[in-house]
Amino acid sequence: MTDAQLLIDAQAFAPELSLAIGGMLLLLVGVFSGDRFSETVTWACVALFALTAFFVINGAEGRVLAFGDGMIADPFGRFMKLTVLAGSALTLLMSIEYLRDEKLTRFEYPLLVVMSTLGMLVMISANDLIVLYLGLELQSLALYVLASFARDRAKSSEAGLKYFVLGALSSGMLLYGASLIYGFTGSTNFGAIASVISAGGMSIGLVVGLVFLLAGLAFKVSAVPFHMWTPDVYEGSPTPVTAFFAAAPKLAAMALFLRVVFGPFAGASHQWFQIIALISVASMILGAVAAIGQANIKRLMAYSSIGHMGYALLGFAAATPEGVEGVLIYLVIYLAMTIGTFIIIMMMRRNGRAVEDIRDLSGLSERDPTSAYLLAIMMFSLAGIPPLAGFFGKWFVFLAVVHAHLYALAIIGFVTSVIGAYYYINIVRLMFFEKPAAAFEKPPGIVNAALLGASGAFVLVLVFVPGPLVDAAQAAAQSLFR
Amino acid sequence: MEIGLEHYLTVAAALFTIGIFGIFLNRKNVIIILMSIELMLLAVNINLVAFSTFVGDLTGQVFALFVLTVAAAEAAIGLAILVVYFRNRGTIAVEDLNIMKG
Repeated sequence: MTDAQLLIDAQAFAPELSLAIGGMLLLLVGVFSGDRFSETVTWACVALFALTAFFVINGAEGRVLAFGDGMIADPFGRFMKLTVLAGSALTLLMSIEYLRDEKLTRFEYPLLVVMSTLGMLVMISANDLIVLYLGLELQSLALYVLASFARDRAKSSEAGLKYFVLGALSSGMLLYGASLIYGFTGSTNFGAIASVISAGGMSIGLVVGLVFLLAGLAFKVSAVPFHMWTPDVYEGSPTPVTAFFAAAPKLAAMALFLRVVFGPFAGASHQWFQIIALISVASMILGAVAAIGQANIKRLMAYSSIGHMGYALLGFAAATPEGVEGVLIYLVIYLAMTIGTFIIIMMMRRNGRAVEDIRDLSGLSERDPTSAYLLAIMMFSLAGIPPLAGFFGKWFVFLAVVHAHLYALAIIGFVTSVIGAYYYINIVRLMFFEKPAAAFEKPPGIVNAALLGASGAFVLVLVFVPGPLVDAAQAAAQSLFR
Repeated sequence: MEIGLEHYLTVAAALFTIGIFGIFLNRKNVIIILMSIELMLLAVNINLVAFSTFVGDLTGQVFALFVLTVAAAEAAIGLAILVVYFRNRGTIAVEDLNIMKG
């Protein structure tokens, strides 16, 4: 490899490089200074995310292949990287206060978030099965540790253990699929796999490999029937970690999913359409029905996220740039709603302990009207009620599905979102029409209040200025179909 | 008898299946689950190396080396989480993984 080529490669991957080098430097700072500077390290990690986003925006233009075609930088990747970085940085910011209250402030926490975000960026830029696997594992290994971060609590360590076992199982399936795809195409490169498929079609071995690969990916986005880890891990992990799980890794796994089905396997849409339609419908139904009986709000959010991933997968089934555009808009809006909701969940503390029952929200409108109205906005938006942002996420996806003449899928999606609205609106009913429970300890701190206000404003105002988001998502989606 | 690609693939598929069943059927000990995970990854490695030889392309063997490395990291993290869990609960039986139902 010549020096000039190396320079191009390094420029295309400045975001990943800055995150890797910055993360290791901050690890040194943390190790040498100990826990006294934990919050400083957290702020430094947020600054590092901002720097990385700067490199993403001002990095390579257009579509660049680098490191022997193993990695790709394109508008789609840049869009998803910015979304993931925003998710990681914001969930890190909102965790500061909660970790301080729970006496969990340790410098490892922000660094684990940085390392898993690095894995996510590598996943998004993957153009090769090896890079895909390494990115996925870098992300997952950090996430296993994060799930069991409250190491003296049985619930948290049980969540970590369950996540580890099921995550390793899914990696194994993904890897088995990757080995079959390699064997039947003779290459691990996405471009080479695509040309083999367009020349010779799908052999039976390749179909089996694709099924295993998609099963592994469905696991990471927690689509039914690979969702069984989600409720337990969401409930057991410390709440900021749950917020992080709901925000960043889901988005990165979705980006990887899009990259795989519309990249190497674009010519096999008949094969993957059936799988995606099935897991999408199953996720929407389970997300709508299973959440109804949940009393724990983190468990409820887990089922809610399963349902939302089902709606996002609906956009895949359309298999058009319009469908992908819908998925991307949906993911950004979902991120904003997740952040707003989890800030309120982290505020739920009484007698020095976090409380998680939805009945603890009873009568919140009398005790703390601002929070109650903001949570109500988030819940209506998650339910998809116009004119809030959540409605537009669903609108773009359903529109693409209808344009692709998949009327049955659109009808199922509509019916499940009506059923799902029940449990979101039930929370609003508890807050406004039930007798007040005891007050929470304190309102959100200044950082969390600002983030809560910002996410509320995003959800409310998107209807008036949808232009920038829609245009960016459109450009990103187009670049995936070239 | 000539040992061909299909023999390697059969062995790998059998090992992989044993690994999956080891995870789901075992009710005794979490350590056995860790061993089953290793078995699955090794089955994948057999696949990769066999394909690599029969396709005449080195990428598969490079992939296998990466898988070995990641498997080692994964085992280290899994054991660490298991130690933390044991300190909290005093048991590593699979049946006792039930504070949260699911």
